[in-house]
Amino acid sequence: MRIKNLEDLVKIKEEYNSKMAEYNYQILVCGGGGCVSSKCGEVKEALDRCLKGYGLSEKISVITTGCMGICALGPVVLIKPDETFYTKVTPEKIAEIVKSHIINGTILEKYTYYDKARQLYIPNINDIPFFKDQVKIALRNCGQIDYSSIEAYIAKDGYFAAAKALSKMSRQQVVEEIKKSGLRGRGGAGFPTGIKWEAGLKAISDQKYFVCNADEGDPGAFMDRSILEGDPHSVIEGMILGGYAVGANIGYIYVRAEYPIAVERLSTAIEEARRYGLLGKNLFSTDFEFELEIRIGAGAFVCGEETSLMASIEGRRGEPRQKPPFPFERGLFGKPTIINNVETLANIPPIIHKGAHWFSQFGTERSKGTKVFALAGNVVNTGLVEVPMGISLGDILFKIGDGIPQGKAFKAAQAGGPSGGCITKEFLNTPVDYENISKIGAIMGSGGLIVMNEDTCMVDTA
Amino acid sequence: MPEMKNCTCSCAKENDEQKYKKLAELMKQYKNSEGSLIQVLHIAQAIFGCLPLELQRYIAQGMGKPLSEVSGVVTFYSFFATRPRGKHVIRVCLGTACYVRGGKKIITRLEEILGVGVGETTKDGLFTFEVARCIGACGLAPVIMIDDMVYKQVKPEKLENILAQYN
Ligand SMILES: Cc1cc2nc3c(=O)[nH]c(=O)nc-3n(C[C@H](O)[C@H](O)[C@H](O)COP(=O)(O)O)c2cc1C
Ligand code: SF4
Ligand code: FES
Repeated sequence: MRIKNLEDLVKIKEEYNSKMAEYNYQILVCGGGGCVSSKCGEVKEALDRCLKGYGLSEKISVITTGCMGICALGPVVLIKPDETFYTKVTPEKIAEIVKSHIINGTILEKYTYYDKARQLYIPNINDIPFFKDQVKIALRNCGQIDYSSIEAYIAKDGYFAAAKALSKMSRQQVVEEIKKSGLRGRGGAGFPTGIKWEAGLKAISDQKYFVCNADEGDPGAFMDRSILEGDPHSVIEGMILGGYAVGANIGYIYVRAEYPIAVERLSTAIEEARRYGLLGKNLFSTDFEFELEIRIGAGAFVCGEETSLMASIEGRRGEPRQKPPFPFERGLFGKPTIINNVETLANIPPIIHKGAHWFSQFGTERSKGTKVFALAGNVVNTGLVEVPMGISLGDILFKIGDGIPQGKAFKAAQAGGPSGGCITKEFLNTPVDYENISKIGAIMGSGGLIVMNEDTCMVDTA
Repeated sequence: MPEMKNCTCSCAKENDEQKYKKLAELMKQYKNSEGSLIQVLHIAQAIFGCLPLELQRYIAQGMGKPLSEVSGVVTFYSFFATRPRGKHVIRVCLGTACYVRGGKKIITRLEEILGVGVGETTKDGLFTFEVARCIGACGLAPVIMIDDMVYKQVKPEKLENILAQYN
């Protein structure tokens, strides 16, 4: 089917939702990178077998999602509509869970989330502190939907923003909306996205390019990977919107070679978008045309930097060059090029769909919206979190991250990768946004937060 | 040949002539797509296992580029190897998170078990041992990757068991 307008999208959304409403339960199995290495595949197989045994395959839908965020407790499973969250699930446990929860209607508390500090089980995902204090915009669908289904994405208002922009907004209006939202690039430097797009729109050329930077070089960060694997259509839609805004009709997504699963899921999503007429010619019955291609890197740290990245897309050694000229003046193949990070692009569709005003209610004066952080190292809840800008580092580490394991003392958190800096105890109250974090000698970077306890030698890790 | 299942290259199944033919076909498809040299090298490495000078020369010809350019690209990127690699590639992440959670001990233990250092291939040709850029699974540090499979929260004592699955 070819989608021609918003009505087509609404129809798919309604059909998908009514199909889902017919199931008694939806069982969401996390298929994020972390849970895959915890063998979630075996859990899913056991679940399918078990439901078949009870003759329930038709009554219950089993969905594989992207990362739910709390990777250390994987494999994790979420049951809807009651929103019960099971952790560290094994094939044996899932059989027990089905029997108790699905057949007898009793939540099997002993396999749900255990809050060590309060010494109690918290079955409902929305009551767990790790999830409660998060605000999900870029990760809105990650761990919530079937990453392999374009209908599932559309059912969450996916491609609604593209339909709106292409049929009702001028390029200039899209740029204005992004400018008004205050969105800043999530790839590290925090450059205002709307201003970059405006430069792209104003550049005069017979050909322009739009590039997505999915090289994710900072050790400790894996948010871009999770978005690509858990919600690939959000990046595709972000690129369609970006391409339209600046007047580019060819896009490249540069993914590092270490992410084969991301490449595979993204390729499938691109093919599907093309089949639905969301990539190619005459998008939404307009004369706008957009094509998208994946380029795979080959393991060179420097390729995350935009000029090296462009050299690598051109098939050359990924060596950086001097700026100016900036990419929006002379970029890929010598043509004006706009480059954005994966997380930046995942924020674009909701901004256009819900409006700049909605987006800018989150965050601080100069850093709007949310930021995704990857919590790692000596912290109880390692995984992926998305919080409004301006929240304190202490809240991220102790409320959401649940503190340091084994009652050890906090020593420091490294933010922004090896080139960033370490944040020590006296700065735990600092609101996390671009300005404040650099005031204390660290950088936001791409959002890796690596926690060190009293035993870690800082000289060694530097 | 069930033991070939884990091998990512198709080296044992096809002879050289077939491989070169396959590559030539693919190059024809890619030649007109701007900037596709790296993608072609990825494919060639998957077919042949590595990219020796001979093969680089063949690719340079096929893509209509000077050999120096092809070699320059091959040597720049760590994913490309000019010498045969082991049947399986072990990559240990030495990102900060892995380090904090004991990544260095993994390296030491692996050196003991394999009898080779980082960057080398075992005598039996089974494993190549490398350190990697972060592989994006820090929540589960320390991690190692064998071919495409990620092992999380690896402890030095667990390594022998993990490696035993590969032959
Ligand atoms: C050494 C270096 C490495 C970088 N690595 C990345 C990276 O891995 N991912 C990324 O999105 N941006 C990276 N950047 C920033 C990019 O150059 C570029 O600013 C960014 O992709 C722009 O997107 P944004 O405005 O959406 O953040 C890096 C910059 C430098 C100097
Ligand atoms: S992804 Fe690994 S390899 Fe990288 S720093 Fe994180 S845990 Fe380490
Ligand atoms: S991969 Fe399952 S929670 Fe992160």
